[in-house]
Amino acid sequence: MKEDKISRRSFVKKAGLGSAILGATALSGGLISCKSKNDITENSPQGPIPTDKMTYRINPKTGEKVSLLGYGCMRIPSIDNTSTRDTDSAIDQQMWNKLVDYAIEHGVTYFDTSPAYCKGQSEKATGTALSRHSRNEYTIATKMSNFAPQTWSHEESVKMYRNSFKMLQVDYIDYYLLHSVGNGGFETFENRYLKNGMLDFLLEEREAGRIRNLGFSYHGDVKVFDYLLANHDKYRWDFVQIQMNYLDWKHANELNKRNQDAQYLYGELQKRGIPAVIMEPLLGGRLANVHEHVAKTLKQRKPQMSVASWAFRWVGSFPGVLTVLSGMTYMEHLQDNLRSFCPLDPVTDDDMEFLEETAQLLLKYPTIPCNDCQYCMPCPYGIDIPGNLLHFNKCINDGNMPASKQDPNYRKARKAFLVGYARKLAPERMADHCIGCRHCVIHCPQNIDIPAQLQRIDQYYEKLMKQEEL
Amino acid sequence: MLRRIRVTLASVFFILITLLFLDFTGVLHHYLGWMAKIQFLPAVLALNFAVIAILAVLTVLFGRIYCSVICPLGVLQDVFGWMGKKAKKNRYTYSKANHWLRYTVLAVFAAALIFGIASLVALLAPYSAYGRIANNLFSPIYLWGNNVLAWFAERYDSYTFYHKDVLIKSAATFAVAAVTFVVLLVLAWRNGRTYCNNICPVGTVLGALSRISVFKVAIDKNKCVNCNLCVKNCKASCIDIKNHRIDYSRCVVCGDCISKCKKDAISYTVKRTPEVSPEKSGQNISEGGLQRRRFIATASVVAAGAAVAKAQDKLTDGGLEPIVPKQVLKRQTEIVPPGAMGLANLTSRCTGCQLCVSECPNNVLRPSSDLMTLMQPRSSYERGFCRPECTRCSEVCPTGAIKKITQAEKSSIQIGHAVWDAGLCLPMADGVHCGNCSRHCPTGAITMVDVDPDEENGPQFPVVDENICIGCGACEYVCPARPISAIYVEGHQQHKLI
Repeated sequence: MKEDKISRRSFVKKAGLGSAILGATALSGGLISCKSKNDITENSPQGPIPTDKMTYRINPKTGEKVSLLGYGCMRIPSIDNTSTRDTDSAIDQQMWNKLVDYAIEHGVTYFDTSPAYCKGQSEKATGTALSRHSRNEYTIATKMSNFAPQTWSHEESVKMYRNSFKMLQVDYIDYYLLHSVGNGGFETFENRYLKNGMLDFLLEEREAGRIRNLGFSYHGDVKVFDYLLANHDKYRWDFVQIQMNYLDWKHANELNKRNQDAQYLYGELQKRGIPAVIMEPLLGGRLANVHEHVAKTLKQRKPQMSVASWAFRWVGSFPGVLTVLSGMTYMEHLQDNLRSFCPLDPVTDDDMEFLEETAQLLLKYPTIPCNDCQYCMPCPYGIDIPGNLLHFNKCINDGNMPASKQDPNYRKARKAFLVGYARKLAPERMADHCIGCRHCVIHCPQNIDIPAQLQRIDQYYEKLMKQEEL
Repeated sequence: MLRRIRVTLASVFFILITLLFLDFTGVLHHYLGWMAKIQFLPAVLALNFAVIAILAVLTVLFGRIYCSVICPLGVLQDVFGWMGKKAKKNRYTYSKANHWLRYTVLAVFAAALIFGIASLVALLAPYSAYGRIANNLFSPIYLWGNNVLAWFAERYDSYTFYHKDVLIKSAATFAVAAVTFVVLLVLAWRNGRTYCNNICPVGTVLGALSRISVFKVAIDKNKCVNCNLCVKNCKASCIDIKNHRIDYSRCVVCGDCISKCKKDAISYTVKRTPEVSPEKSGQNISEGGLQRRRFIATASVVAAGAAVAKAQDKLTDGGLEPIVPKQVLKRQTEIVPPGAMGLANLTSRCTGCQLCVSECPNNVLRPSSDLMTLMQPRSSYERGFCRPECTRCSEVCPTGAIKKITQAEKSSIQIGHAVWDAGLCLPMADGVHCGNCSRHCPTGAITMVDVDPDEENGPQFPVVDENICIGCGACEYVCPARPISAIYVEGHQQHKLI
C-alpha cells in the first residue's frame, strides 16, 4: 500500500513536470507493483508540445511556409470564459494575446478573421494581439463580408475593406477572401461582388500589392463555385476556402441536397492547382463531440488520441491543403490541436477506410448539422438558434433522446433534456418562440431549414412536458 | 412530558408544512398536501365538515392543541417567544382577557367573509399569514440555496438540482408578509401569544370551545406556593395565580407551566367543573351572498405606439437580440385558474395563503394587487402559460377556492378566451409570416387566414374560435409582439365546460 502511494506520487510529479527524462530515474524493485509506467510515452497527453515540429505547406504563389494549423478568430474568448459570440461580455484581450503568443511560439503562422466575427470585434482584437509580433511572423486572412445588403454598395464595401487595414494595423493583407459566396444563391453573389465592381476593385488591389493572395470562401449554391472556377483564367485565384472533413467528403449532399460533397470541391481545386484552405474540419465541434458509441470505436483504434485529432489528421493528409482552420477559444483546445499538427501523423489507407465507416455510422444519428458558426444570429425575435440546435444534438449524442416512453432510461433522459434545456436557454429564447420568419435560413452556410428544426425541437419538448408517447 | 410531546409534534408539523410551501418540484404536495387541508379556516371555507368536526372534537377533548401544534403561525410565534425568553427569562405576566377586542375582530372577520372583502379575510387568516411569510420570505432563501447547489450540479454535469428563478411576484403581498413577520416577531418576542389571543379569529373560535375542554391544565391550590414562576412563563398570559385560575379560552396547552413548576402543583388532567356555559362558535358561514361588485379596470391594452419587435438586418454574426419583456396586462376580466370555477367562488373562498402561487411551475399565478382581492391568485401569461398537463394549484388548494380537477377536465374548462389586436399583429403590421399562436394552441381554436386572398403564400392572421378556446394563454405567451402580445386572453366571470 505504502509502495503504491510513493510510486503514484512520483509518477504524478514527473507527469506534472512534463519531462520524459525523469522517467528514467532508477526506482527500487519494490515498486513493480505499481500499475502506472514511469515513462511518459510519445503520444501521452502529458508530454510537452514541441515548438519546432509544426508541419508546413508551401504557398505555390509566394513560396512562403504556411502552418498546417491555422487559427480561426471567430470564437475569441470573452471575460466570462466563454466564446465572445455567445455572450454580451467583452473580449478577454489578455487571454487572446496569450493564445496568439502561444500559437505563434508553436509555429502557427495563419490567422483567419473577418469584419463580422465576434459581433464585429474580432478584427480589432486580433490586430491588437498580432501587432505585438513582427509582421513576418504571421500572415493574416480577412474577408469582404456579405451579410447586410446596406453594405453592398461600392462605397460601403471599400469602406469595409479599408477599415480592415486599420483594425488589423497592417499595410497589406496576406489573404483576402470574398466571404461565403454561394450563400443566398447566384443573385446575391452578383449583387454583392460583380455588379458593384468590387471583384474588379479587389483584383486591382492585388495588382497593387495590398492584397498578396486573393480567394473566396464558399458555402451553399454550387453554381457560384463553378462560375468562379470556370473563370479562373480571368481571376487567378490564389487559394479557395472550402468546408472539408471526413463526413462532408462523400456525404454532404446526402445530408442536405443543397450542399456539395467536399470530394467534388477539393477535386475541382486540385485540377487547377489551387491550394485549399479548410474550414469546419471539426464541423463546429460535431466531430469532436460524437455519439458515445462512435467515440468508443475511435478510442479503441488509438486510445491516446483525442476524438478531434482524427478529423485533423484526416484532412491534413491531403497534399493540396494549405492550412486547416480551427477556432480555438481555450488554451486546452489550442494545445490539443497543436498535438495533431506538431508534426502531422498522416492517416494510412486503412485509417481512411475506417473513417469512412465512422462517417457512415455518424449519419445514423439524427443530429442537426449545426456547426455553431452563428451566422444566423442574432435572430430578430431573440431565439438562441445554435443554443437550441446544439442542446438537441447534445441529448442525441449523450443518449438522452428516448424514442419511446417505454425506454428504460426515459425518466432520466427526460430530466436531462428538460433541465439541460432550461439551463442553457432563457424561456423566451427557446424554440417555441420561433415564428418561422425565415430570416435565418439564407444565412446558414449548412443550409439547415432552421425553422423546421426548431419546430421539431419544440414538438419534442412539448411531448416530454406532457409525458406523451414520443 | 406534555411540553416535550408538544414541541416534537409542533416541530414536525411546522417543518413539513413549511416544506410544502418551499417545494417547487411538485413532488411533496402528493405527500404533504393534507397538512394545508387540515387547517381550520381553509377547512371551513372548503366546507370540509369532517375536518371541522375532528378539530372541534380535538379542542373539546384536549384544549387548543391546534394552536400549539397544527397552526404554523402559532408555532412560528412560539419560536419567536422562545428566542425572547433566551434574551430575558421569566418575562411574561398575567393579563385579563380582552374579550371585547377578540369578539369584535371575529365579528368583523365574519362580516368580511360574508360581504366578500377578501383582502381583510386574507389579512387576518392565520394559516394564510404564515403561507405568505413562507412564500415571500423563506422561499427566496430556499431557492437561493437550491440555486447554489444547481450551480455546482451544472458544473458536475448532474441533473439532480436545477436552477429556479427567484421572483417576488407582487410587491404588495411581499410588503404584507414582511410587515406581518416583523409585527409578530416583536409581539411574540415580548409577550408571547398576543396575536393569537386578541386578534386571531381562529384562536377566538377555538378558545370558546376550549373553555369546556375535557383535559385541562389545572393548579392544585394545596401544593401551590404562589411563586409566580408559571405566570412568568405563560406565553398566553392566562394564569391568574391569585385565584389559582386559568383562562382556558386563551390557554394553548403548551405545557411550559407544568415543566416550570417546582412543586408539581400544575397538571394536565380531567377537571370536573366546567366554568363557563358553552358558547356558540361563529363558524356558520354561509356561502351565499358572497358576490360583490368587481372593480373593473379599463383595459389600456391597445396602447398607441406599442413597440412591436421589428426584424432588423444583421450586420455581423453572433450575439442575441435584446428582448423587451412582456408587459403585465390589465384585463377587462381577470383570469383565475381552472378549478376556481369563476371569480366569485375564488374571491369568496381564497384566504391568500400563496400555496398555489408557490406551486405554479409556469410562473402564471401571482398574488393580486387589487385592494379588494389583495393576495388572491390571478393568472397572467408573460412568463409562461397555463400548461395543459398541469393541475398542481387545484391539487394543493386547501379552501376549495380552486377545486381539484383532472388533466382531462382541464382540457375542457374554459377560463377565458383569446382576443386579437390587428394593430399589434406582426403579419398585419410588418407583413411577416408568423402563425405561432395557431401552432401552439392546444385545442386547435386558432385558424390562420390569408391577409390578401389573392396572394399565394402571403402573410396570414389568426382567427379565434371562442367556442373551443379555453383561455390557457399559450398563444399570448408565444406571440412575438412585445411588450404587448397581439393575441391575449380575457378572463371569464364564470368558467364553463366546453
